[in-house]
Amino acid sequence: MLKVENLVVNYGVIQALKGISFEVNEGEVIALIGANGAGKTTTLQTISGMLSPNSGKVLLNDVDITTIPGHKIVSMGMAHVPEGRRVFPGLTVLENLKMGAYTRSNKTEIAKTLEQVYESFPRLKERQNQLAGTLSGGEQQMLAMGRALMSNPKIVLMDEPSMGLSPIYVDEIFKIIQSISDAGTTVLLVEQNAKKALAIADRAYVLETGNVVLSGDAKDLLNDDSIKKAYLGE
Amino acid sequence: MGFLTYLINGLSLGSVYAIIALGYTMVYGIAKMLNFAHGDVIMIGAYLVFMTMTGSGMPVVVSIVISIICCTALGMLIEKVAYKPLRKATNLAVLITAIGVSYFLQNMALLIFGSNPISFTSVITWQGITLAGGQLKITGVTIITIITCLIIMVALMWFVKNTKPGQAMRAVSEDRDAATLMGINVNGTISLTFAIGSGLAAIAGALLCSSYPVLTPYTGSMPGIKAFTAAVFGGIGSIPGALIGGLLLGIIENLAKAYISSQLADAIVFAVLIIVLLVKPTGILGKQTKEKV
Repeated sequence: MLKVENLVVNYGVIQALKGISFEVNEGEVIALIGANGAGKTTTLQTISGMLSPNSGKVLLNDVDITTIPGHKIVSMGMAHVPEGRRVFPGLTVLENLKMGAYTRSNKTEIAKTLEQVYESFPRLKERQNQLAGTLSGGEQQMLAMGRALMSNPKIVLMDEPSMGLSPIYVDEIFKIIQSISDAGTTVLLVEQNAKKALAIADRAYVLETGNVVLSGDAKDLLNDDSIKKAYLGE
Repeated sequence: MGFLTYLINGLSLGSVYAIIALGYTMVYGIAKMLNFAHGDVIMIGAYLVFMTMTGSGMPVVVSIVISIICCTALGMLIEKVAYKPLRKATNLAVLITAIGVSYFLQNMALLIFGSNPISFTSVITWQGITLAGGQLKITGVTIITIITCLIIMVALMWFVKNTKPGQAMRAVSEDRDAATLMGINVNGTISLTFAIGSGLAAIAGALLCSSYPVLTPYTGSMPGIKAFTAAVFGGIGSIPGALIGGLLLGIIENLAKAYISSQLADAIVFAVLIIVLLVKPTGILGKQTKEKV
């Protein structure tokens, strides 16, 4: 479904991605794990068109989207939940969710998706008229995820959804990611919480300073000694 | 009756400030920049009305529509040529460019129209109404100006709240990158904002010069600065703030001229602004969103 080929991204003189390649198949949950500065966020931003790569290709369903501007990618079936949630703080929860459906025009279908999002996130329905900036961190994360789902995506990119959340919310967020996957949506997950990410992922890629250094079945990686040492703190 | 006359004239002047302030406040809210060339678009708009109406004898409505269309195009052109290449530059670079565009427009007008003041023919021929047995006269220009301002405000607030491009504007003003992730064309939205602001500047130009009928290449610069002040006064980025800021500024200016000193009027206006900003740094309706991280 999503194919990344030899992606190179430079920030000035610094090479953030040094030619990474990976693949996400339909229905999979793929985790990208690695330390700070490994290039995880850069990878997601390049895929969704927020950054343009110096070389390499991004293919979505065999269509080359490398040079397609970011705002046109949503309607091709890809949504991105950005790092730091980035909800619209001055808009209400409902307005934020409607913004997620910006590219869609069929009102009855939007209403149907909204119903589904409210079903997955009852908390958002309770707070639908509250300004998003007044929500707690965990609620904002749910809103950011719900907002992404409003575009009815085939694949969702999630950047550090558990960052800065209390342990209870972390568990809840991972449960939600699992249920998004169960509903048939493909997930590309970037996480520092490698243990949780590997527990729900099908496969994973380990990034180190702009390179993929290891990849494989998530269960195998969970038991890999070098991974345990470097990322799982065991 | 004197006070009432001053108040109504103040409201009328304030309405013009408010229409101009809308251009500043919308561009600031959405593109996060101060477009100091905005005042000069007003001047271009007024010259266009003068040329088409007085010069070529076109009907008023046609000439105003032509002026609106040309100013809209000019605003979009300025944005594309001068500001868009600086999207990732520092704020200071954009600010200096805006000042440069302002001088460019003034000098271009100087070159085309010359420096001699033109006596502008009012776009409104209606004489107005007389109330209270002839003691209170309100001119047609005054009434039309106030009504136009109110219609524009209501229409714009409706547009921002209820239309798709309006929603896009709100999203871009909140978070440009997140708006892109929603599928919103940020460049297109910024361009639209300049288009609307500049189209309104054309209307403001026609109304301003109908009340104060002297047109020179520098006509736009002082009202531009005052309208910018009004936008800050009301809370920059806020559409109702531009209305309140503009009206208050117009009223304060006119009352100061009438009761204190016409020379000191501008100083008083800016003194009031400073006091307001000392008490409430975000302006009267300015928002301070508290974000939880």
